Amino acid sequence: MLRVALISFILLVSAACDVQPWVKPYERANLADEVMQFDRDPVASSYLEHVYEARESARGAGITTGGGCGCN
Amino acid sequence: MRVAQVLLQVVAVVVTKNSCGFILCVWLLFGTQGHAQVLPEDRVDSLYHIYDGGGITVQGPSVLVRKSVADTVSVSANYYVDSISSASVDVVTLGASRYAEERTQLSGSIEYLYENSILSYAYTNSSENDYEAVTSNLSIAQEMFGGLTTVALGFKSGNNVVKNSTNPSFEDTTDIKGYRLSLSQVITKNILLGSAYEIITDSGYLNNPYRQVRYIDTSQALGYSFEPEVYPQSHTSNAVGFNIKYFLPYRAACSGGYRYYIDSWDITADTIDVSYVHPLNENWLLDFSYRFYSQTSASFYNDLFPYQTAQNYLARDKELSTYSSHSIGLGVTYKLGRDQLVIVEKGSLNLYLTAFSFQYDDFRDVPAGRDNNLMGGTEPMYDFNAYVIRSYLSIWF
Repeated sequence: MLRVALISFILLVSAACDVQPWVKPYERANLADEVMQFDRDPVASSYLEHVYEARESARGAGITTGGGCGCN
Repeated sequence: MRVAQVLLQVVAVVVTKNSCGFILCVWLLFGTQGHAQVLPEDRVDSLYHIYDGGGITVQGPSVLVRKSVADTVSVSANYYVDSISSASVDVVTLGASRYAEERTQLSGSIEYLYENSILSYAYTNSSENDYEAVTSNLSIAQEMFGGLTTVALGFKSGNNVVKNSTNPSFEDTTDIKGYRLSLSQVITKNILLGSAYEIITDSGYLNNPYRQVRYIDTSQALGYSFEPEVYPQSHTSNAVGFNIKYFLPYRAACSGGYRYYIDSWDITADTIDVSYVHPLNENWLLDFSYRFYSQTSASFYNDLFPYQTAQNYLARDKELSTYSSHSIGLGVTYKLGRDQLVIVEKGSLNLYLTAFSFQYDDFRDVPAGRDNNLMGGTEPMYDFNAYVIRSYLSIWF
């Protein structure tokens, strides 16, 4: 049973791997432009994320990596 | 050729019949595509930050140094300080005077590159007079499908020690665990999609040891008294978010994002943000952003409880109330070249200003009510504005 599951998984993943890149490397100049970076300056964006986490209950699915509070 | 490769991989699984074979095959599938990842660039960032609003001022430096030590290894170190001066609405409500404290955070990370994968470990230590936090992060990012997709898995673990500066005998602990799955996807030659799901759980002492709740007490002149907060000993949150970025035909970019949040304290939150980046010429970049945040209150939150110890858990933290906020950001970047820097590759000078506005729906302004002799429960709702300044120099070398 385990063998069947493993083979099925591998075949499924292999099928996915057959997807050919629909954006070729030479077509990625715009994507590589600095204006397209999600997080251009990590030190600045992690600070703003810290401010949001201190002032809001919602957390996660962001970019910070932890730390203390300093928020009261 | 592709079929042969798949067949060989399936055979490998059948032959080995164990988990090592499975891992080997997954590596063969994902690890030999030939589009190698790249490590972060070597750079130094020196930032000074200011937060001012709601009676709180927080400011200090943050210095980040990142350097490759081999073709496949990059390390970073960050020194960060918050100098805090606070007379927040919580502090004033309880009649306490403005206080000052400092938080120092040291962190280090190491990234190891192996073909399409980057394995990362980060360690953070945060220290202040009444709170110690140690956090470890481990993650692996895998690029696949010819570099169009990057999947990352992350795990974090933290241990915090909570103290009370007015009660030296008090000390308690909090543990935190987090799991994260993120996906970055090239959609077209002009569109990028980022998404993430994260679950975080903490346990232990989750209260603020200073904050108090208020309850109706008719023996008092304004009709209320205070008692300590009591929080549950566990808290689990789920957040899912996505962000899409589009390259505009005249070399600029706009983005939009959404995050949904829900936790075991019955808080739900929505976050919407949009941004626009516009290069003015070779040397200048302008950033504009807007963000809206809205949340519901925790199940055990109340601005004014009907009587003392009205329920098992009690909270009057405005961050657990129902409220919304708007923020608008403006940033200017001036890029420096070899003409200005001589010995290094490039650099930039940056100035970012973000303005916030918070409006609370069920958190009343007790200090304002007390100043005007208003009875408990009739005070105006609390609101405040704040701003954040980030100024920094970045150098790539």
